[in-house]
This record gives sequence, C-alpha cells and structure tokens, in this order.
Amino acid sequence: MAAVSLTVNGKAVTADVDPRTLLVQFLRENLRLTGTHVGCDTTQCGACVVHLNGVSTKSCTTLVLQADGGTVTTIEGLAAPDGPLHPMQEAFRENHGLQCGFCTPGMVMTAIDMVRRKGYDLDEQTIRHELDGNLCRCTGYHNIVKAIAAGAKAMKGTSQAA
Amino acid sequence: MSSTSSSLQSGTVTGIGAAVRRREDFRFITGKGQYTDDISRPGETRAVFVRSPHAHARIKRVDTQTASAMPGVLAVLTGADLAGDKIGNLICGWMIHSKDGSPMKMAPHPAIAAEKACYVGDPVAVVVAETLAQARDAAEAIRVDYDVLPAVTDPAKAQASAQIHDVAPGNTIYQWHLGEAQAVDAAIKSAKHVTRLNLVNNRLVPNAMEPRVAIGEYDRGNESFTLWNTSQNPHVARLVIAAFVGMAPEHKLRVIAPDVGGGFGSKIFIYPEEVVCLWASKRVGRPVKWTCDRSEAFLADAHGRDHVTHAEMAFGDDGRITALKVKTIANLGAYMSTFSSSVPTYLYATLLSGQYDIPAIYCEVDAVYTNTVPVDAYRGAGRPEATFVVERLVEVGARELGMDPGELRKKNFIKSFPHQTPVIMNYDAGDYLASLKKAMEIADVKGFPRRKRDSARLGKLRGLGYSTYIEACGIAPSQAVGSLGAGVGLWESAEVRVNPTGSVEVLTGSHSHGQGHETTFAQLVSERLGIPIETVSIVHGDTDKVQFGMGTYGSRSGAVGMSAIVKALDKVEAKAKKVAAFMMEAAEDDIEFKDGRFTVAGTDKSVGWGEVTLNAYVAHKFTGAQLEPGLKEGAFYDPTNFTFPAGCHICEVEIDPDTGHVEIVGWTAVDDFGTVINPMIVEGQVHGGIAQGVGQALLERAVYNTDGQLVSGSFMDYSMPRAENLPSLKVGTTTTRCPSNPLGMKGCGEAGAIAAPPAVINAITDALGTEDIAMPATPQAVWAAIRKTGVGRKAA
Repeated sequence: MAAVSLTVNGKAVTADVDPRTLLVQFLRENLRLTGTHVGCDTTQCGACVVHLNGVSTKSCTTLVLQADGGTVTTIEGLAAPDGPLHPMQEAFRENHGLQCGFCTPGMVMTAIDMVRRKGYDLDEQTIRHELDGNLCRCTGYHNIVKAIAAGAKAMKGTSQAA
Repeated sequence: MSSTSSSLQSGTVTGIGAAVRRREDFRFITGKGQYTDDISRPGETRAVFVRSPHAHARIKRVDTQTASAMPGVLAVLTGADLAGDKIGNLICGWMIHSKDGSPMKMAPHPAIAAEKACYVGDPVAVVVAETLAQARDAAEAIRVDYDVLPAVTDPAKAQASAQIHDVAPGNTIYQWHLGEAQAVDAAIKSAKHVTRLNLVNNRLVPNAMEPRVAIGEYDRGNESFTLWNTSQNPHVARLVIAAFVGMAPEHKLRVIAPDVGGGFGSKIFIYPEEVVCLWASKRVGRPVKWTCDRSEAFLADAHGRDHVTHAEMAFGDDGRITALKVKTIANLGAYMSTFSSSVPTYLYATLLSGQYDIPAIYCEVDAVYTNTVPVDAYRGAGRPEATFVVERLVEVGARELGMDPGELRKKNFIKSFPHQTPVIMNYDAGDYLASLKKAMEIADVKGFPRRKRDSARLGKLRGLGYSTYIEACGIAPSQAVGSLGAGVGLWESAEVRVNPTGSVEVLTGSHSHGQGHETTFAQLVSERLGIPIETVSIVHGDTDKVQFGMGTYGSRSGAVGMSAIVKALDKVEAKAKKVAAFMMEAAEDDIEFKDGRFTVAGTDKSVGWGEVTLNAYVAHKFTGAQLEPGLKEGAFYDPTNFTFPAGCHICEVEIDPDTGHVEIVGWTAVDDFGTVINPMIVEGQVHGGIAQGVGQALLERAVYNTDGQLVSGSFMDYSMPRAENLPSLKVGTTTTRCPSNPLGMKGCGEAGAIAAPPAVINAITDALGTEDIAMPATPQAVWAAIRKTGVGRKAA
C-alpha cells in the first residue's frame, strides 16, 4: 500500500492505496464520485476526462499516485451543489449535446480545457479537431459541437475560469 | 453548424411538437446519473471471466486449484459447476423454419462453456473475489487445456467448413426464403436490363459507450434474486432467465435497468454474464458484480450485420423495376443470440421493396454458424442490410441505364397507399416524392455540377449519392409476429397513476437509454391532461415497479409505448369525468374535459384537474356502489401494423485522389416520421443514426483472421467515428401521419443508420466512376480503386 494525498473538488483527501490504483478507480470507488466514467481501456474514448492541476487528463490512464499532491476537478466539482451550473454544462443541456449521457462528463471537462487553450471563440473545425480524444456513439457530435461553441461564448465574461 | 429546422429555437411550451429541453439532462451533466456500474451493493464481490483464446477448441481440463487458493478468492466456477447446478441454456426466441419446413438448428448455448469453446471470448470459467484486482490476478492463474479445432469465420465459407455444432450439419442454421421465385425468374429472363451486384454488409461492433455491467444478488430469506443490468428490456431478461435458464420463478427475480449508456440493440439480449452473476451470488452468498472492459466487450457483446449477398434487379423498357432477386448468407456467429434469427429474415427480406413498386421479389437466406461472437440486432437490424441492397442496385441500375438516379427513383416510387408489397409488408402511408424533392432542394443538387467543377480545379473528385430508404418500425401486431415465429408478443404496457394532489406517475414498459422518454412521454401526458410537465414523472426499467413491458428497440417506444400511454390516459379521463359528474351533479355524458378543466357542457360550471383527483381519492361525492375510489388505469396496446418511416438522405463527398481520403462535405436528411413529439430529440436521433451509418460506410469493420482471432478488438484497432469524420448535418422533415396508431407516429431511431451507408457508397462510386467499393471505404480502398480506374489522374 502507498499513501496518497490530493485535493479533489476543493476537498483534501488522504488515503492508503494499492499502488496500481488508477485515478479513475480512486475517484469512483474510494470517493464514490461516479460521474467520471470508464468507456474503454485504451485511452481512446475520453469518458474519464478530469482536470488534474487544471489540465484535462484521462483518469483511466493515470495512477492515483501520479496525482499525489495535485488538485483534481471532476464533473461533480464544476458547480456548487446549490449554485448555478457551469456555462458549459448549461450549454450541453440547452443544445441537446447529450443523449445517453455516458460520455457527457468527459466531453464537458474536455470542452472546458479546450476553451482554456483555444479561447472563447471556437470555430467548428477547431472543436471537431480538438474532440479527437472523446468518443460519443449517440449524438453524431453535431449538437456537441454546437454546445461547445455556445458554452465557450457563455464562459466569456462570466466568473467561470476556463 | 446550421440546421434547416429551428427546433432548438423554441422550448417555451411543453406539449406535443415542442422542443422541450430534456428533464433527464441535469443528472447527466452534473455527474449524478446512476448507471449500473455506479451502483455498489453492501458486501459486493467482483467477477472476472476467463475466456477462450481459441476460436474453436475442445476443453480438456480447467485447472482452478492455484486460483482458488489465491488471496481474496471466494469461488472459481466452471461450465461443469453450472451444469451441475442445472442452470439452463440461453435461447433464441424467434423460430424460423427452412424452405423444407424443418425448424432452425439451435445449438445449446451454456452461459459457461463446459465441453467446447466456439469463439474467441467464449466464457470457460469465472472468478469471484473480494476485489477486482484479486479476481483478475486469480483469473490469470487458471490453466485451461484445449484441443484446438479448425475454425471458420467467413460466412461465405462456413457451409463447407468443419462442423461447429452437432445439431447443424454444414453449419447451416436455416435455409429460408420469401417471395415468388418463379415470377422473379420469369421477369429477369424477359427484362430489358438486369443489374447484378455482389455485396458485403460489413460486420460491426455496436460499442455503446457504456460497457455492459451486471450485478446479481441473492436474498436467501426471500429465496429471491435481483439483477441490475445494462438492459434495453428488463422484463424480457427476467422472462428468459426465469422461464428458460430456470434461475428462479419470475416472481422471485427482479431486474432493474437503471440509467443505461446507449444500447443500439446490443443491450436487448440476454447474455451469459447476467446469468452467471445471479447464479454466483447464490453460490457465494454475496452480491456479485461484473463490469465489462471495452476490449472484453469486443469479444462479449453481440455484433451486427455480416451479410454476403448476390442481388439482381430487373428493369423494363422504361426504367421500371420489374423484379428483385436476392441471395444472402447471414453470419449468426457461434451461438444463436436472443433475437438473431429474425434479423436476416423478417426484419430484412420484408423491406426489400424499399420505396418502390416492385411487382416480384424473391429472397433466399442461409443463416450460418461460424466461430465468431454471436451476431444479433444492431441499430436498424436487417433494415440497413435491405436498404443497402436496394439502394445500391437502384443507383448502379440508373448508371447502367444512363438515367439520372433521382429520376429513376421517382419513376419507381410507390405513389398510392395502402400499398401491399410482394414481401409481406403493407405500407400504410408515405410521400416519397415529397421527401426526395425537399432533400434535393436543401442539398442544392442543381448546384452540384458547379461544385464538381470547382473540386476538379483543385484536383479533387466530387460525388453525390442518394438513399431513399424505408424501414418498418414499431414492431408490431403480436398476432402477426407470432405467425412469423416470434416467441413473444410485441405490444406495450402503460400504467397511469394519478395522485390525490393531481400529480401523475406513468409506468411504462418501454426503456430509455438515451432516447429521452422522461421528457417526451411527459410531454404527451402534460398536453393531454392540461397539467404542468413538472407534475408528471415517468417510471421505467424496474420489474418490481412496472408490471410487464417489452422494452425499447426498433423505434417502438413512440408508436407502441406512447400509444399504450394514450390508451391508459383515455381510461383515466373517462373515470375522472365520472368523478367530475358526481362533483357537479351533472350527467357523465355532459362533462367536457379540456386544458385541465372539466366543464358541464353549455354551462359555466367547471372543476379543475386537482379538485377532481382529490375527490377521486376522498370519495365524498359518490358511494362505493356508484364508483370505485381512486384514479389509476393501465393499458396494454397492441399495434395494428408496423409503421413505415421513410425519407431521403443525400451525401456529397470530396475525395483526394492522391491519398484516397474521403471527406463528407454535405449531408442532407429529409425524413418522414409522422407526428413528432419533440423535434429537438428527433433531430438528435437522426444525427446519431447518420454517424453510425457513416461509420459503417467509411470506418468500421470487425475483422477476424483465419484463425478466428478478432484483429480489430479494441478502440485502437476498430475505427469509431469521431467528430472530425463527420460534417455538420442538415436535417429536415416531411410529414404524413401514420394511420396505424393514435398519435400518428412512425419512429425515428434507426433512420440515419439505415439511410447512410448506401448514400455514402453511392456518392463515392459516383465520384470515382466505379460500380462498387466495399465498406468500409477506407482511404486505402479508395486509393486502390482510383489507381485501378485512373479517374484521379483525369481529374488532376
């Protein structure tokens, strides 16, 4: 076993873990943060994307020990329990950017990171290219692309940091 | 990112036809969905399966000794243990008879193979341990001795290969046919022209983003089981596991399918892992959970398609289609999955008339066993395969006859309804010309020659392809499907429970796994009862709550599931009127119900919905002899016919002749789905279907090597459509009301997946000037075709 300490959604967490524990396992099983999903085992689908130290990270391919001392934000940490949704969450709902919802947390986390890196005015080509690491089987991406463009615009001028 | 309709602009009203934002979305966008893997039961253990690495092998010995002694291991179970406990086999629930009248050859399908493994991935043992890591470690320590046998994976070679099951000589499950062979042969003989094609409908892996999960839990005190699973039809799972597998009587088995992350057909079926988790939970006395890895899913989830076809279409002098003859070999894999037998027969050959008035059709289908994962329904299920045959033949026929493909279609369209085809179906309504015309306008077909010239100037090839498809949805009258071999009825149930305060719970036998029923079903109830949508809840997916239901597939939840709700609402309204009549001391026949108020006709006397519902329960205005208290009604709705959604998709591609890369530069879809409840959700269904169809046409193929290894067994190897593979989609509708159900709905779930593959291939072959190209039309295949024809050099 190995000791690990990190901050998840603003809360300090310390645990003894099997060294092979993946970050996604730690989030889902130890912390019961089940919004982060596992859709594949080859780092292809992006259902597991979280932010590690502010950068989008596939938590299925990250050992929790690699996150030691770090700060993790999951889909559950984007909005306060009694507060408004993050503009990107709101944009996915408003633009019907989800159907079964399984890929959605990863899509939203990827989209927010996309805004951080590429700015608030995202054209369709950029969004489609940047979604290379996220798979959706339901939507044909059409409304996800619309949602991300709208969400990025909405993030501009709000207090929500990208 | 434009859309031809403005569905996303509205959203203020909540009735039928409004683009209501989905009520289920909040939990999904905040990470609060409850998928099966998110459920953790007290005392839960984890299961890992040991799967055969060989496509065909006799199991000599399974050595579990080392594994059994490893840390955390609670049980190591084999096929012999399963047989010892008298756990029954999995079954295929649709009987097909061969031409000679003999029944299909259904081989025994144990949940864990005991004597022989028949495909790579066939379970041979299961480990149950305290943790997933311990179960994995122990699974690796199990030694299985195999005698490897010759394997076959290619359906075209199956009938001449080593026999897999004793019951099926020549690996042939059935040799089925439909239609009039003599009439077709005569028409082909006297035809002015016959177009002939050899077509392969490529094998696909459904790949819903949520991998399958099962949790079995045995309650010794009640002698009852609970199964949480990723299912599109929990009641059917309960029925099969109770009645055929014999796990427990139906009333002692509860099946719960909570939030399910996509299905596309692959979660209809009853799988070995579900049976094993239930059985193992009784053996170890604790809940047993199995979560499928993605790479495991490639070997464990039913695949789709996999047809090899020769087809001939006969034309008369004027370009009229006079006959269609089709011979298909359908690969059903190593065992017959739950509904596999129906897919290449009654869900396939019955749609071979397409949108066309074809006087004579004959189809022969040989279904074969191979040493591959079982094949069953995948989005469209038989209808994409039929549409691919018809739409490829029509397109190639037009080119061979020197006719415009749009004009040839128009000439042959069915123009009056009802229309009886030669292959069972009776089309009830449609306007195929309208959808073609509208699609041609939106796609600016007139401007295509100019765009083609512009592409040529840049050294690119440009092509345009049509697909005017039809499908049969909302399956279907139970009596009709029963006569065709279905082992189940295909009605749907609904129960409307009205609370004293007027809020409503609707229990439906349909299941939502992305379709948004919690929104669309509530829209119907809200409009019908004139009450706010917030006061309506939709309950589904739990056999302890919903009495029975047939689940969701084949776009049946609107046409059949919502029709059942309509029927139950009719009864609720009738009873509520009785209550209102007592309240207002009026005759029941004088009560009118509109916008949530009950009015005595011709007076200003009225009472509201909430007053009536409360009175139904306090029962102060009537005696028990006059009226039963309460307000709760149920209904079973059996359809009168299939529904027939149809439409026209137009695909425009630009091809780089130097690389063979195909870019879809335009996509227009005009579909006729009848009544639309929520246009935003319907457009989303169309988008997703198109993406899966484009995936089949350009990217996806399950590849087996000759040893029976699945070469494309992960997302690293199997090319899933990504955002960059798809264009922005233009989606429109035309509407003819479906006369066969009360809401006039036809269904929209499969349309895109059915329409898209021939549209893409027609566009590519148009650009290349070739007769055919195999799916998936990868850059390599397209580049090779260009080199063969030399068309690229001409363009450049």
